Amino acid sequence: MNAITITNLSKKYDGLTAVDNLNLTIGQGELFSLLGVNGAGKTTTIKMLSCLIKPTGGNAVLLGDSVKEHPQAVKGKINISPQETAVAANLSVTENLELIAGIYGQDSKSATKSADEMVSQFGLDRVRKKKAKQLSGGMQRRLSIAMALISNPQILFLDEPTLGLDVLARRELWASIEALKGKVTIILTTHYLEEVEALSDRVGIMANGKLTAVGTVAELTKQTGTSKLEDAFVILSGGTA
Amino acid sequence: MRIILFAKRNAKEVLRDPINLFFGLGFPLILLVLLSVINASIPPEAHNTMFSIENLAPGLAMFGTAFMALFAGLLLSKDRTSSFLMRLFASPMTSLDFILGYTLPMLVMALAQAAITLLASCIVGLELTANLLLAIGVTTLTSLLFVGFGLLFGSLLNEKAVSGICGALLTNVAAWLSGVFIPIDLIGGAFKKTAEILPFYHSVQTIRAVLGGNFDEMLPHLIIVLGYTVVIFILAIIVFHHKMSGDNA
Repeated sequence: MNAITITNLSKKYDGLTAVDNLNLTIGQGELFSLLGVNGAGKTTTIKMLSCLIKPTGGNAVLLGDSVKEHPQAVKGKINISPQETAVAANLSVTENLELIAGIYGQDSKSATKSADEMVSQFGLDRVRKKKAKQLSGGMQRRLSIAMALISNPQILFLDEPTLGLDVLARRELWASIEALKGKVTIILTTHYLEEVEALSDRVGIMANGKLTAVGTVAELTKQTGTSKLEDAFVILSGGTA
Repeated sequence: MRIILFAKRNAKEVLRDPINLFFGLGFPLILLVLLSVINASIPPEAHNTMFSIENLAPGLAMFGTAFMALFAGLLLSKDRTSSFLMRLFASPMTSLDFILGYTLPMLVMALAQAAITLLASCIVGLELTANLLLAIGVTTLTSLLFVGFGLLFGSLLNEKAVSGICGALLTNVAAWLSGVFIPIDLIGGAFKKTAEILPFYHSVQTIRAVLGGNFDEMLPHLIIVLGYTVVIFILAIIVFHHKMSGDNA
């Protein structure tokens, strides 16, 4: 069974087409990277899939539920780590995690247990009682992803999860994401192509709201006659290699 | 369940900021002390009752709750701009969870603030009667107006703009046109008419009437305040719902 089936999905804003007739299927447990230059339509696509904005046309079905017809059912199965760290600044690490667990229906005891597991899984032990605003950028990113995972989502959207992180923090976060592969369906957007090569099962490239190519890194380089993903990306995004 | 969780989080966010504590609880008390000192130095033959505690206490109770607009507005605006709301919009939370989750902690804070201000007023001469308890309740009710303003502007504007409008502008307008710090009857004219059209003067008169046990006098003022509150809240809910289900969340 596919985790996500997207059919002719479109979004228009006052004459501007942000996403244009997107068709795509993503398998369960797959880590799918969505690439594109700024304004290509990646974030708009993720927002439609996570029921944050309504599609103008087409549909997307996530694990059997349509984003248009049953958004509440979809919301119970997904979670998102937005581009910004999106944490509650004056709450501690543990309080942030327990808040999200509670919002997704866990009782107080389960929320505490889940928060402990996330703290351990994401190496947040040392800072668990610190307020989120006192954490470093890397730690805030880890907390953000832990908050997205505490609800045990079947589908996880990671919108530029390593933006602004140093090399070490990025590698640590990669390891955390890698550990989720096969267990959770992950849709990742990023501008770091080495991240895509390290983590993705498949890659989709968007340009001007359209999906211009889908495949593994090897398939995309073969399709474009290039040896590196970066060159393939430039060609498939409409640039000159 | 979600409403309570979210309301608790919002209360923690506001109360863990020491500046909020100062403005929310400390500032009305400082004004109470200062204006009581000024009142004590006014000679009785001047027959100036403007800062007498019967007039001052309801005015400061209302003025203190004006900060709820700033607290609610800043919190909502920060949640929007930091994408924390985006995270919550993608969760199973409903519009009702959000509106009540933001409103309830502000009401509890307004209740605590009204209780502190009015009980402190008893130390400087306000008569301690059962009506004082009712006045605390009515002040909490009239504070909904400011919570509504906060939700409306917090849904629309960034933090800086919310600070300017809900912090500087609204608190000043509420204070100037409430009749607490400026003798409206003495000035008269357009100033008095404007004060009577807007709800702030009526909030003070509502609380004052309750404190004095003049419930017949209270009702017309309370109706005006609640009318404004309903309109502002409806606008806030429409704008918030639009953001929640719209394209610019």
